[in-house]
Order: sequence, then C-alpha cells, then structure tokens
Amino acid sequence: MENLNLILPEIFISLSIMFLLVLGVFKKDSSKLVFNLSLFVILITTIITINETFSVNRITLFNQSVVIDHLSSFMKIITLICGFLVLIISSSYLKTFKLFNIEYPILILSSILGMMVMISSNDLIVFYMGLELQSLALYVLATYNRDQLKSSEAGLKYFVLSALSSGLLLYGCSLVYGFSGSTNFDLISNQLNSNEYVLTFGIVFILVGLAFKISAVPFHMWAPDVYEGSPTTVTLFFTMVPKIAALTVFIRFLYVPFSNLLDQWQMIVVFLSIASMLFGAIAAIGQTNIKRLIAYSSIGHIGYTLAGLATASNEGIQSSITYISIYVVMNLALFSCLLMLKRNNQYYEDIDDLSGLSKNHPLLSLCLLAILFSLAGIPPLAGFFAKFYIFTAVLEQSMYFLAIVGLLSTVVAAFYYLRIIKIIYFDKEKEKYDDDHSLWLKFSLTLSTILILLYFAFPSQLIEVVSRINII
Amino acid sequence: MNFPILSSLILLPTIGALFLFFTKNKDGNNLTVKYVALFTSVVNFLISIYLWISFDQSISSFQFIEDKKWIEGFINYKVGVDGISILFIILTTFITPLCIISVNNSIKNRLRDFLIAILIMESFMIGVFCALDLVVFYLFFEAGLIPMFLIIGIWGGARRVYSAFKFFLYTLLGSVLMLVAIISIYWITGTTDVVQLYEIGIDVKYQNLLWLAFFSSFAVKTPMWPVHTWLPDAHVEAPTAGSVLLAAILLKMAGYGFIRFSLGLFPVASEIFTPLIYALSVIAIIFTSLIALMQEDMKKLIAYSSVAHMGFVTLGIFTLQQQGIEGSIIQMISHGLVSAALFLTVGVIYDRMHSRLISTYGGLVSIIPKYSILFMLFALASLGLPGTSGFIGEFLILMGAFKDNFLVAVLASLGVILGAAYMLWLYKRVVFGKLINEDLKKILDLNRSEYFILSCLAAPILFFGFYPDPLINTIEVSVKDLINMYSINLASK
Repeated sequence: MENLNLILPEIFISLSIMFLLVLGVFKKDSSKLVFNLSLFVILITTIITINETFSVNRITLFNQSVVIDHLSSFMKIITLICGFLVLIISSSYLKTFKLFNIEYPILILSSILGMMVMISSNDLIVFYMGLELQSLALYVLATYNRDQLKSSEAGLKYFVLSALSSGLLLYGCSLVYGFSGSTNFDLISNQLNSNEYVLTFGIVFILVGLAFKISAVPFHMWAPDVYEGSPTTVTLFFTMVPKIAALTVFIRFLYVPFSNLLDQWQMIVVFLSIASMLFGAIAAIGQTNIKRLIAYSSIGHIGYTLAGLATASNEGIQSSITYISIYVVMNLALFSCLLMLKRNNQYYEDIDDLSGLSKNHPLLSLCLLAILFSLAGIPPLAGFFAKFYIFTAVLEQSMYFLAIVGLLSTVVAAFYYLRIIKIIYFDKEKEKYDDDHSLWLKFSLTLSTILILLYFAFPSQLIEVVSRINII
Repeated sequence: MNFPILSSLILLPTIGALFLFFTKNKDGNNLTVKYVALFTSVVNFLISIYLWISFDQSISSFQFIEDKKWIEGFINYKVGVDGISILFIILTTFITPLCIISVNNSIKNRLRDFLIAILIMESFMIGVFCALDLVVFYLFFEAGLIPMFLIIGIWGGARRVYSAFKFFLYTLLGSVLMLVAIISIYWITGTTDVVQLYEIGIDVKYQNLLWLAFFSSFAVKTPMWPVHTWLPDAHVEAPTAGSVLLAAILLKMAGYGFIRFSLGLFPVASEIFTPLIYALSVIAIIFTSLIALMQEDMKKLIAYSSVAHMGFVTLGIFTLQQQGIEGSIIQMISHGLVSAALFLTVGVIYDRMHSRLISTYGGLVSIIPKYSILFMLFALASLGLPGTSGFIGEFLILMGAFKDNFLVAVLASLGVILGAAYMLWLYKRVVFGKLINEDLKKILDLNRSEYFILSCLAAPILFFGFYPDPLINTIEVSVKDLINMYSINLASK
C-alpha cells in the first residue's frame, strides 16, 4: 500500500479513539484528561490532514473506494476545526449539567471519524459505513442529557427518523447498484444514462435520504425538535458538522455517479432549495425558543447552499462550499452568545430572555447584532458575501426564478432576525446574566465575530482556497 | 493623486466611531464623546472642501480614482468623483456635523452609541456617492440600513418599532432586485465597473428588465408614489438627527442612483420608461402635496412635502434636458439643506413642548421671534421663493420639463402652488394666530447651538439662491457629458 499516508488522519483518529476509550475505562476520574487529550487528537489530526492531503489533486485508494481530493481535504479540515471549537466551548456547559464524562469527547471523535470516512468515500458501501458510524454517535449525543425528558425524546426522534432515511438511502443505493452493476462512484457514472426509467426512483430515494440528513424541506421535520431537545452544545454540533459532511456527500453524489443524469436531479434540487429557503424563512417567524428558531434558520441556510448545488457548475459548488464555511462561523458565534445566557447555573433559551440585553451586556449585544445582520445577509457583513456568491453562481446559469425567490425569502428571513434585534435593543431590560464565562467561550465569540465583521476586507483568501475544488 | 483622499473620507468617520467605541459609556463622558464625534466630522468636512477646491471642473471624467483588487478577478474596489457626486459628498459631510451638534437636547440615553451610529452612517453615505463599481455601490447602499434601523428603533418615538421595521423591510425588498440586476450585468458584460460599463454599454434586449430592477430599489428609496408610505412613518418616529439624515441625504441616494445608473447604463430603457416616471412624479407632486395639506403632525407634513419635492427631482432627471438634470441636482442639494433645516426647526419646539401637533402651537411669533424668522426663511425656501436655493432647482426643472412635455410641466407647476399652500398654512398656524396654549408662554427662544445650526443652514440656502454659479459650474460639464453619452448610446441602438 503505497499511499497509506493519505488516510493517516483517519487511522490516527481511530487508534486514538480506542486508546482514549481504554484510558477512560481503566483510569478513575479521567474525564478531564480524556477531554484534553481529545482536543489534542483533533489538533494533530488537523495538522496531519493539512500536511498530507492539502496539496493532493486527486488520488483514489483501496480499489478506488476512497478518494482524496481538494473537496475532501477542505471539508475534512473544516469538520475538524468545527469539532475542535465545539469541544472547547462545551466544557463549562457540560460541567453545569454534570455531564462532563469521558463519553462526550469520545462520541464526538467517533462521529468525526464517521464524517471523515463519508467525506472521502467514493463507493456506496464505504459511504454507508461512514454515515452509520457518525449517525450512531449522534443518536447517543442527542440523548446525552438523559435525565431530561426532552433530550431523550430528541434522541429517540432523531434515531427513528434517521434510521428511516438511512433505509431509504440504502434502498436507493441498491437500485442504483442494480442498474449499474457496481458500487463504485466512478464506475456508476460511466454505466448510468438517463434512459433507465426506474433509475429515477433510485436517485429520488438517495436524494431524499440525503435531504433528511441535511434537513432540507420537506424532510426537515425532525430538526426543530431535535435541536430544541438536545443539550445546547450538541445542537451546535448538529447544526454545523454533520451538515458539512452530508453536504460533501450530496455534492459527490450529484456530480460523480449522477453526473450524466442532470435532467433528473436538477429539478429535485431546485425544489428542495426553494422549499427550504421559503419554509425556513416563514416558519421561523413564529418561534419563541432560540434553538428552534436556529433550526428553522439553518433549514433556510441549507436552502441557499442547495441553490448553489443546483447550478451544475463548478462556481456553484464553490459558492455552496463558501456559503457553508461562512455559515459555520456565524453559527458558532450565535451559539457562543447563546451559551453566555446563564444565570445561577441555569441556561436561558427563549427569545424573550434576550429582552433589553443591550442595557446590561452592551458588548454581547453588539456581537449578536453583527451576527444576526450577517445571518440576514446585510452588507458589509460576511453573510452578505456568502449569499452574493451563491446568487452570482445561480445567475450565471440564468436561473432567474431561483435567484429571485431566494432573494425575496431573504427579505422574509430578515424579518425574524430583525425581531430578535428589536427584542435585544428596543425592549425593556431583564435581570443581568453572569459575566464569568470561560476563556474559550469568549475566545470563540470574539474570533468569529471579528471574522464576520472584517470578512469584507479580505474576501479573496477563502475564495482562493475554495476555487481549487473542481469536481466537474 | 497618490493620496487616497476618497477612501480616507469614507474611513475617517468609522475610525472616529471606533475611537468612541473604546471610550467608557458613562453620562459624565457625554461632552468628550460629543467633541470627538464633532471633531471627526468637521475634519471630514474640511477634507471634502479641500476635495472640492482641488477638483477640476473642466473635466467630465471621474477624478481621484482609486482602483484596487478586492475580490480576486471579480470585483474591484473602485471609487472616484465627478461633478455630480462631489456635491452630494459635501452635502453629507456638511449635514453630519450639524446633526451631531443638534443631539444636545433630543438624545437623552446612550449618546455614545447614537454618535457611533451617525458616524458609521456617514461613512456609508459617502461611500454610496463615491462608488464606481456596482457591487461596491450596493454594499454601501444596503449597509446604511443597519445604522438607520437602529437610530429609528432605539431613539425613536412611540411607534418606533413599527416604523423601523417598515423602513428596513421596504428598502430591503426594493434592493434585492437591484442585486439580481447587478449580478446579471456582471454576467452579461463581464464587469461591474461603472466607467467600463459606460463605454461598453449594455445590450438593448436586457435593458428594460434591468432598468425595472434598479427602479424598484430607487423608487422605494426616493420615495416615489405609491411606495412612499414608509417615509412619513420613519420621519415621524425618528429622532430629529435621524430625520435630518434621512431627508437630507438618504433620499438623495436614489436620485443620484437614477442619474448615475438608470440614465448612464440603460439609455434605451430610460427613454421607454420616461412616461412612467413622469406619471408617478406628477402624481407624487400633486397627490402628496394634497395629503400634506391635511396633516396635523408637523413632521408628517414635512415628510409628505419631501415626497413631493423628490417628485420634482425624478421629473427633472428624466426630462433629459441640461436644465432639467441640473435643476434636479440643485433641487436635491437644496432640499437636503431645507428639509434638514425644517426638521431641525420642528425639533426645536418639539424638545420644548414634546408635541408635534400643529394644534399645540400658534402665536409663536410674539414669544420666540428669532425662531420665527428662521422658520419663515426655511418655509419660503421650501416653497421655492426666488432668492432661495429652492427656487433655482424648481425653476430649472420646470424649464426642462416645458421643453420636453408641456402637459407634464403644467401639472407639475400646480405642485408649486400647492407647495406654497401647505407650507404657508403650516407657518400661519404655528407661528401666527392667537396664543391659546398657556404653556407656550414659558418656552425659550433659540439657544446658542440651535441658532448656530440653523444659521449654518440658512447661509447656503440664501447664498446659492442668489448665486448658484458654484453649484452649476461644478455639475455643468459632467451633466453635459452624461447627456451626450446618453444621446449617442440612444442613437447607436
């Protein structure tokens, strides 16, 4: 095996998981040690990934079942960085709920491993393996606060619906395998042509399964409940990391095995995109819980990402990847703020709890202001550029309807973001929240807010990295 | 020019705002905070005056151009000024310090944040008038929504939330279509650089839709009838300084946009849609003047008069006559000064009586004579009395209109009469008449800072009323060039 170094990150992370598991079981009171070691593991994995795969153009391994290219290395790096940030800002939240156990970091690590396998997969079986590994870890994470009814409910809901979608995916995979005679993406791509009528069912099943995973409308029903019920840090993880992985797989499915079937899937993706953008914007208006609101807003944002994918062009894919990268930063910032709403060891999650925040916490409110306007896509904040790239790509393909619906839904979405800003800035103040936040929380909020505010000054750097991703 | 003078004009207020951000937010600090903000904006005003002096009036092309790579291979950060935009920049830098001085009485809480919002707003507004790239223009155009939303929402009156939302969502809805148009222009021509686009021109078959998309944004911002309804709400609820910025500068962005983009980029479509603009402008002039007559709230009355005046502006722009466009630009500058002054005069008595209703007042002339004189001057300037800047603008616009379309000009002239009617009636009801309200007897005449602000505004109104040459000389060559380019483009298509 000459190219084993390319999957060194996966090998390293899986060995570390086993080691940490053994360490955690045999050493007493080792949760802090395991926690810190996992951070260290993610850091090293990131470095290995950057070192070994960042400059690789495209190499396939293991009989072409694993692919290392710019897409996979970029997405893996984002996944790892997000995982790292989620871990470091989780600790104080977990300690408050007495959940600071060894399982948490290990589950996060295993799901990251699963996602890395998914991201690199070039084969239906490898893909499914990665998907199940990450899903199983996520089911447990959703129920992590098992003393709370809502958390258990969230986990169960997530398990049932996710298992259903995995079933649909598998069914689709078997149909595709039946028609192409292969599980390898490249071979499928050569075998498939649009004449096969029943094949459309295979594509639809696979897309439906993937749409479940990224919570695109109309397969989004699980998201608000799961997001609301799960512990906040897990919700943060849900809104960022699995979406990155699932999106990568989405891109790969559309543009490698189904690349010849553009006519069949383009309409589906456009529909998913428009439905998600509109529904995400409209349904968020009535929400009172911040986590539910974030769930709907993330549905809307997935809609924009899908709009980029629907274009069937390299620019479109790149704009989607840029979008999700910027979205992840905004999301991290938003959750960091949410984790700061703590008073007497209790976290507050209702929108009304933000009332008049600007009087007592001017800095925190200013950050929220920037984040929310950025999420609404108002220039000169980062969120505007994310949308700008998407619509540039969409309009390049002359998809005017998609662009206009998308932009109109940003106006609707602006309404509920403005509503939160109104509550923060225009309403009467409530009691003060605690100020003693962990250093990491402050760090991640400051860093992400600065990125959002100053992105307009250095827009080229991200574009440069992303523009190396050429799938078509 | 090596020194990036335009970028420093744009950046300086933001730097001042940053500086304020790091000062402690205490009540004792209010004076320091105010001086810092005032200093920043005055320096900016001086820079812009320097810009005007060193500006070469005989050249029609853009000057002080800065062109830097921004988004690699896609968009350049390009700014520059010509005779048209430079006046708006000076208007912006002139009005902002006056706004900052005026906050004395009206803003009680969170003064520091208010001044930060005003300074950032100034940056964005200057950016709009400098931008020579469509994307850069859009960026500044939209970014201005954020500070204005906060100014109305935090420091506004009783119905501030409703007004702030209405303002934000109306404008955003108009603007997103412009964004679609801008990106489409990029894919049609391969550039968003305005100077290059002037040379290349845009294919006729796209022009109508693109024009409409730009129109949707500018019409809301102008505001033209029937999408003007956000303006009275926003004006009434905004604090005085906010109303002043809104009326004096924000509304001018759209008029500027019409001249720079609608005429410059889409001559064929502009020709086609001129009747539409004429119709809407005439409706705006007559209809909103009639509405203004019926208002009980002074701020609302002035807001409706703004809509009517902006109707004159759009009318003048689309006459496509030298006089018409020059008149529109002068009308915009003049309206910027006059409406700012009127909102400030209303603000003065509002601060004392906390009522904007006309019926509260009456007989002010015997109690506060200084105030009454200045108010009269501004009221007369608003209705376009010869000798004030308002006259020059309206006169030139009507002259242009008579050349182009007799009927429209006659109808628009009716607006002048109505304008005189509502302004004089307002003045009569507030200043003359019997002193009925006992509380009024206690109110004081203008204090020193108010006197200073209002005289600062009165001076240019009178000066340009008698001697408009500095304005006309500045814009003449650029307007001539614009019309030339327009007719050449029209002939070649």
